[in-house]
Amino acid sequence: MSGANRIAGQGRLTPARTARFTFDGRSYEALEGDTVASALIANGVHLVGRSFKYHRPRGILSAGAEEPNALIDVARDKARRQPNVRATVQEVFDGMIVSSQNRWPSLAFDVGGVNNLLSPLFAAGFYYKTFMWPKAAWDKLYEPVIRHAAGLGVAPTEADPDRYAGRFAFCDVLVVGAGVAGLSAALAAAGTGARVILCDEQPEAGGALHFDGSVTIDGQPGYEWAQATTARLAAMENVTVLSRTTAFGYYNHNFVGLVERVTDHLARPERKLPRERLWQVRARRVILATGSIERHMVFANNDRPGIMLASAARTYLNHFGVAVGRRIGVYTASDSAYEAAFDLKRAGVAIAAIVDNREKPGEAVVAEARKLGIEVLAGHSVVDTKGHRRVSSMKVARNGGGSGRSIAIDALLMSAGWTPSVHLFSQSRGKVAYDAESGRFLPGAYAQDCLSVGSCNGTDALQASIEEGLAAGELMARATGYDGGDKVELRGENAFEWTGGMAGAGEGAGADTTVKAFVDFQNDVCAKDIRLAVREGMHSIEHIKRFTTNGMATDQGKLSNIHGLAIASEVLNREIPKIGLTTFRSPYTPVTFGTLISHSRGDLFDPARKTPMHEWEVAQGALFEDVGNWKRAWYYPRSGETMQDAVNRECRTVRNAAGVFDASTLGKIEVVGPDAAEFLNLMYTNAWDTLKPGRCRYGIMLREDGYVYDDGVVGRIAEDRFHVTTTTGGAPRVMNHMEDYLQTEFPHLRVWLTSTTEQWAVIAVQGPKAREIIEPLVEGIDISNEAFPHMSVREGTVCGVPARLFRMSFTGELGYEINVPADYGQAVWEAVWARAEPLGACAYGTETMHVLRAEKGYIIVGQDTDGTVTPYDAGLAWAVSKKKADFVGIRGLKRPDLVKEGRKQLVGLVTKDPGVVLEEGTQIVADPNEPKPMTMLGHVTSSYWSENCGRSIAMALIAGGQARMGQTLYAPTADRTIAVEVSDMVFIDKNGERLNG
Amino acid sequence: MADQTLRRPPLAGRQGGSAAARISMAAPATRLSLRAGADAVPALSAAFGLDLPVRPKGAASAGGRHGLWIGPDEWLLIDETGADLMALAAAVPAMHSAVDVSHRNVAILVSGPGAATAIAVGCPLDLTRLPAGAAARTVLGKAEVVLFRTGEDDYRVECWRSFAPYAFDLLVEGADDADL
Amino acid sequence: MLLIYCPYCEEDRSELEFRHGGDAHIVRPTNMADISDEEFEEFFFLRDNPKGVIYERWRHIHGCGRFFNAARDTVSDRFLASYKTGEPKPALSGASPASAQLAEPPAQIDETTEGTAK
Repeated sequence: MSGANRIAGQGRLTPARTARFTFDGRSYEALEGDTVASALIANGVHLVGRSFKYHRPRGILSAGAEEPNALIDVARDKARRQPNVRATVQEVFDGMIVSSQNRWPSLAFDVGGVNNLLSPLFAAGFYYKTFMWPKAAWDKLYEPVIRHAAGLGVAPTEADPDRYAGRFAFCDVLVVGAGVAGLSAALAAAGTGARVILCDEQPEAGGALHFDGSVTIDGQPGYEWAQATTARLAAMENVTVLSRTTAFGYYNHNFVGLVERVTDHLARPERKLPRERLWQVRARRVILATGSIERHMVFANNDRPGIMLASAARTYLNHFGVAVGRRIGVYTASDSAYEAAFDLKRAGVAIAAIVDNREKPGEAVVAEARKLGIEVLAGHSVVDTKGHRRVSSMKVARNGGGSGRSIAIDALLMSAGWTPSVHLFSQSRGKVAYDAESGRFLPGAYAQDCLSVGSCNGTDALQASIEEGLAAGELMARATGYDGGDKVELRGENAFEWTGGMAGAGEGAGADTTVKAFVDFQNDVCAKDIRLAVREGMHSIEHIKRFTTNGMATDQGKLSNIHGLAIASEVLNREIPKIGLTTFRSPYTPVTFGTLISHSRGDLFDPARKTPMHEWEVAQGALFEDVGNWKRAWYYPRSGETMQDAVNRECRTVRNAAGVFDASTLGKIEVVGPDAAEFLNLMYTNAWDTLKPGRCRYGIMLREDGYVYDDGVVGRIAEDRFHVTTTTGGAPRVMNHMEDYLQTEFPHLRVWLTSTTEQWAVIAVQGPKAREIIEPLVEGIDISNEAFPHMSVREGTVCGVPARLFRMSFTGELGYEINVPADYGQAVWEAVWARAEPLGACAYGTETMHVLRAEKGYIIVGQDTDGTVTPYDAGLAWAVSKKKADFVGIRGLKRPDLVKEGRKQLVGLVTKDPGVVLEEGTQIVADPNEPKPMTMLGHVTSSYWSENCGRSIAMALIAGGQARMGQTLYAPTADRTIAVEVSDMVFIDKNGERLNG
Repeated sequence: MADQTLRRPPLAGRQGGSAAARISMAAPATRLSLRAGADAVPALSAAFGLDLPVRPKGAASAGGRHGLWIGPDEWLLIDETGADLMALAAAVPAMHSAVDVSHRNVAILVSGPGAATAIAVGCPLDLTRLPAGAAARTVLGKAEVVLFRTGEDDYRVECWRSFAPYAFDLLVEGADDADL
Repeated sequence: MLLIYCPYCEEDRSELEFRHGGDAHIVRPTNMADISDEEFEEFFFLRDNPKGVIYERWRHIHGCGRFFNAARDTVSDRFLASYKTGEPKPALSGASPASAQLAEPPAQIDETTEGTAK
């Protein structure tokens, strides 16, 4: 027998199919299908964890996803370990390693338990008061101690070796919950031919039929009907049934996140299986059949191990065949708990008494109790309990007074009635409405195309739930255009209709008491804490929640919300709906990071974009830098070279011989149409109608506010065709910016834009030997200086491959950029390299490119500009047409702030000590002795060691920079102040002779 | 014509996937991004030998050439026979924009009973609303793609070349999951 | 994640295919260079950020590529209409689900929910 408390002949598990697991090092036997909770109870283990704040011994409260106490650590191996798993939903598998949490040195003896004795110090909101002074203690004492003590469970330190899957899915009707109402809805919807997804968080369908053994549907025992119905649905082509699948979030426009737990219940999962699968479902209609959650009773010491929800005890008995005790007390305000007592009694378990705080319990259940010989104490309450690691007695008193008597028990079942699970409805932005008659919040105004059915909608009666489900299923399917199939009819019968229920603190835990009557077990919030919060001035439920932590974190108020509200309502003397309800947040239950990320990890985290020449660059030993998603060759170190060595060599080589550079990542846009030049006139500050085919020009693009947005060289291929280049990082947004203006502001222009970034591989050959290198490879283009001067473009062939050849330069040297269709990039590059290498040229990367352009004072948009720089600030006034009537930014440039004196302007900076390289971002001041805070004039935007200049060079945005030429300014740094001189930005070849050579 | 042996298409010949969904790289093709107003459609259709679709998700195929509706004035033309589409476009006097994007795009083929499930790994498009012979531009994870359903269980996924390794590997993930 | 009706593709598509484009119906002055500072401020900087219906631009950037306009309730995120660039602001029929209004005849959903929700 797997556990002494397993009752032969009870439950639905197969006695022969066992599994072994350990709990805190001790080995236990379970049956396949057991949860950790049912297996532990079967083995007589009720003490499962320690509470969050007071470290009180805690047991198993529930049999479902609402479990606040029995949070455990579950492991397969060192890496496959997960903290804070609810023992009530985790299925046992053979070899599973389970550990309790929040205890040291052991679960039975926990030093942290002293917090329980010190609890006056830890009253609600204590952290807002206790740790306020002395101020100095925060860093050294409070924060480290709190950090150590805070949190529940310990995260694994090793990387998660499991894989997680994810997919998008679509359906006409998504049904969440496979209880009576959900199955009814799914049957009706599926029958019409609509695409249906039915999900349920449990391993098997059935919902409340797991515990309610009295139900029959169409004459079949309820649970068996649920399994048969699910099998029928699963066999239908238009239906997807997902078990062990939680709908954790309901987002906009019927977008619902599901997590399917694929292997967490398997002892030896196949390697190819994902651990979990994320379903991103877009449903045309949603039916919520999420059921309801039984509430606990709020009374003194209601948290001892062995005290649990009545329906949970019923589940353990009827589904798992486990008795939660041998002599059981019941404390209830609802008829539903009676049925737990009846089932247990019939299974041979002693029921000490049913304590019902109502004067008049339901007549039918009282009659049945009498028949079974169970004592019913109506108008009585449990006012206290005893028992350290497990409840040993309950103190029962007549309501309104009396000393009461103590009754020995080893388990106590409780029920304060049922709370409809409106979490997903609320997440869908539906507004709940308070139903005063039943004292609960129910779905009110819907915000999305969904319906709630069954007990989550406040529909309690079995047949009513069935009919509501059937009607909703059919209606929702019809709303999506399906009307096939026969009408489905189902007949359900059960033993008792339940009445009763209460919210708030019970007898002995009222306003004048200081007992620990827990409202929120997970966050250790008692009734008195809520009252304290109100006394301290928290009158909104949102404030009370945050002050007390009631219903926070993963609990999300599943058990605590209504009780907390009722207590606040009593103290404030205001009705519950006037206090409001806190917002239910997703996820409904915790979701692993692995699932949320699903396949977006490793190489699939982000696309790594590589150029056509990437393999060659790797083979040549290039190191790469990330620019957007691109991998760009950064520099090519030779053996023994530091980065600086390599960059110095590359910089020297380009200016002395030549260099070959992969510029493929530059954005490219083909602008085609009779109005192409007119369109570019509007998009750039420059004039394009004057540009002749075969020529190119450096262009500046502004935003409407006058600030530099992007830049690049634009070549005119033909009258009606331009080849536009953009910065690497700016390519997508420039394309969008241009499309925006073209489609919405200038739709009359006959022009089209096409991204050609990836059509072309771009090989830049720069340096005095550039022409010599490419000359023999080029056909059909005269590349002599006269025929093909600086800033020209021609179409021809290179290495027999159709090419667009640009004469342009970002280095200040004689330069070409060979554009060839991308598949040819590597072959052409290799041909160029075969010419270049013997002539003493090198391959160079982005770092050298940066240095060489800075030596010439060429800016990089986004480095030397930051979204607040005008072309005038950047020294590019020459590129702004004075003749055009309009271009984007023309008005912005005239704004008062943009034309006033003293704006920050881009200038060169040379350090007085040529060997000192300024750090980029360093602030510049005029007077290094000024008391702090100093007046900052601006900052360094670019700074490098220039091997070609034999000194450091820098660019900086300096207030009134142009007027400060030759001035000495200072760069105060942490350890010294560096003197600099404001200079021109062009450090090499000021007359551009090399460029035109 | 350039020496084809010099071409190095990304992931050339790569195959993967599962029994449910086979993933493979398509052979190089000629491609055109074609833009034109409605008035030029008849002339362009005649030039390309295809009735250029004018409805959303439309596609037309003939003789290894496909014209996919991308937007109200945009088509992606794909020619699997190596025809010079730019030359065909150049002969049309009606106003249009033709841009060669043969090398910008590559195609990944997804085939098999689990093809749609494999693509659902990263595509938020309801594929039951993309019947065989239809096409749409959409996304696959973090890559933009043009999805062309060439048969009941066959899809051609066009993406920009530098996204091909990402898209291919993502589809392989989807194909593996579709096989469970 | 929103579901957005593209008036060019004539169907609801996932938000993942779209990019938001700010307020709609703000026309760039044709005499841009000549407008006053106040007019420029009004045109470029000032927006209402309403609680309730906003007319906004979207681009179906990973679909048909078109910019279009939509009316959205910023409280519920419901789309009340979406329409092509250049078309006037539509008359709004009130808050009904976007999918019902745009993609198919309105379902009797509102009646129904009123009937079953207590």
